[in-house]
Amino acid sequence: MEPQTIIQTTGLTKRYDHQTAVDHLDFQVVEGEIFGFLGPNGAGKTTTLLMLLGLSRPTEGTATVCGLDPERKAMEVKKIVGYLPENVGFYGDMDAVQSLRYIAELNRIPGSEAEDRIHEVLKLVGLAENGVKKVSAFSRGMKQRLGVAEVLLKQPKVMFLDEPTLGLDPDGAVRLIELIQSLNQERGITVLLSSHHLQQVQKISHRVGIMIKGRMVAAGSVEALAREKFGVGEERFTLEEIYMKYFQEV
Amino acid sequence: MSGLGAVYRKELSDNFSSFRFVILFALIAMVSFIISYMAGVSLKENLEGVAKPKFVFLMLFSMKGALFSLVEFVAVFGPLIGLVLGFDAINGERAHGTLVKLLSQPIYRDAVINGKFLAGATTIAVLVLSVVMVISGFGLTLVGVVPGVEEVLRLAIYVGISIFYISFWLGLAILFSIAFRSVATSFLASVALWIFLSFFVSLGASVVANSVAPVEKREGADPETVVANAQIKEGVSLLSPMFIYSNATATIVDPMRKTTRSFVLMGPMEQISSSRFQNPLSLGQSLVVVYPHLAALIALSLICFAVSYSIFMMQEIRT
Repeated sequence: MEPQTIIQTTGLTKRYDHQTAVDHLDFQVVEGEIFGFLGPNGAGKTTTLLMLLGLSRPTEGTATVCGLDPERKAMEVKKIVGYLPENVGFYGDMDAVQSLRYIAELNRIPGSEAEDRIHEVLKLVGLAENGVKKVSAFSRGMKQRLGVAEVLLKQPKVMFLDEPTLGLDPDGAVRLIELIQSLNQERGITVLLSSHHLQQVQKISHRVGIMIKGRMVAAGSVEALAREKFGVGEERFTLEEIYMKYFQEV
Repeated sequence: MSGLGAVYRKELSDNFSSFRFVILFALIAMVSFIISYMAGVSLKENLEGVAKPKFVFLMLFSMKGALFSLVEFVAVFGPLIGLVLGFDAINGERAHGTLVKLLSQPIYRDAVINGKFLAGATTIAVLVLSVVMVISGFGLTLVGVVPGVEEVLRLAIYVGISIFYISFWLGLAILFSIAFRSVATSFLASVALWIFLSFFVSLGASVVANSVAPVEKREGADPETVVANAQIKEGVSLLSPMFIYSNATATIVDPMRKTTRSFVLMGPMEQISSSRFQNPLSLGQSLVVVYPHLAALIALSLICFAVSYSIFMMQEIRT
C-alpha cells in the first residue's frame, strides 16, 4: 500500500514587505517518516511551519496537512498536529503537571483521562520524578523534554519540532533525538524535525530537505543527496559535507 | 466556546495567586478603611440635629471626608486596577514564548482574549464588591445606619456600573498589550491615555467652551451663551470615560443631586425655596438620567474589543 501523504505544499510563498521568506516551496512528507528539515537561520523554516499550522497566512500557494487546508480548517489541523516551537516558553509559576493539565484542558481531554495521559507522557520523556517541580527551576534540557511531553499529550499524528536540540548539551541532545526516534518507531508519529545537529538528523531521518533562502534546494534520502552531489553513496560523505556543498553553491 | 473555559480558569487562578493582586488588594483594603472612617466621622457631625435624614447609608459612599469619597476614588483610580490587570495580557505571553504554544492548541484566537478579559472582569468584580462590603460593614457598626431596600438596589447598580467602568480600562489595556510588542511600552501607553482622558480632557473642555462661547460674568450674562458654554463643555467632556462614569453614578448614589444646578442662575429667594423643598429623585428617574451614560460606557468597551479582535486576528504570530 502506498504510504499516505501527510504534508504537501505547492508553490507555498510568504512575502513580507521587503523580503520573501518562503519562495514557491514544494515538498511533501509521507506518513510514518522522519523528515529532517535543514537550513541556515532565517531560511524560512519556522515561517513554513507556522503556515502549515494556520498561524501565518501564505501569500501564495497552498499547503495541506493530512488533506486539510490549514488556513480554513485550522482547528482540525491543530487537533492532529503537535507543534514544539523554537525556544518554547512555559508559565514559570506552574509545575510540570499543572502545565500539562492546562494543555489537556485546552485540548478538551476529560479529567480522568488527562491525569492518566499526563503520567504516561511524563514517564515517557523521563520527567516522572519532576512532576511537582516548578518549571522555572527546570534546566534547559528538562524544559525541552517537557515541551515534547506537552506535544505528546494530545496524541498527535504529526509532530513539528522546531530546533528541539538548540542549546542542549551533547548528551541531552542525543537523548532527545533518541526519544524522537522511538516515538516515531513505536507510535508511528510522523515527524518534521528542524535542527542544526546534522549528525543526529542523519542518524534518524528517513529523508531530509535542505532549505536555503526560502527555497527547498534538495530533498530526498541522505544517500540520494550524496549520490547527486558527489556521485557516490552515503558511506563516504556525512550529511554535514553534503549540506555545506549545497550551502556554498547557493 | 472552544478553549474559553480553560483560558478563563487558568487566568483567574493566575490573577488571584499573583503578587500583583496582593498589592492591589492591600491598596484597596487600605483605601476602604480610610474612606469608611472619614465618611463615618463626618456623617456623624453633619447629621447632628437633622430631623429625618434621607439615604444616610448612601452618604457613606458619596460623602467627601477629609480627602475624597469612594465614588471619586473609583472614578480616578479605578482605571489603574484595570490597567494593571491587563497591560501585559498578550505581549507578556509573547515575551515568555507561550503565545505560539497556546495558539497551536485547538482553540480559537478570540478565546484567548475573551478568557483573559472575563477573568480580569471577575477579579475586578471581586475587588469592587469587597470594598463596598467593607465600607458597608463599617458603616453599620461605626455609624449605626441600616440600609433600606432602595439603598441596597442603588448600591447594586453602582457596583454594576463600576465593574463596567473598570472593565473598560481592562479592555483598553488588553488592546494595548496586543498592539505593542513590549510590555513596558503598553503599560506606559495605557497610563498615558488614562492621564489624558481623565485629567486633560476635562481641562480642555472648559478651555474649548470658554473660547467658543465665552461667559464674561455670571450675573447678567446672555442665557443663550451660558447654555452654549455648558453644552460645549459637556460635549467635549464626554470624551472622557471618567466624566461619563461620574455622571452615571452621581444620581445613583446621590439622589438629592440636581443635575442642572451648576448653570441655573438663581436669586437668593429661589435658592431658599429650592432647598426647602428638596426631594430625592426616584430610582426609576435616576436610571433614566443614568442610562445614556451607561450605554456610552458599554459602547466604548465594545469598540475596544472590536479593535482588539481585528488586530489580533490579522496579526502574525511568530514568537
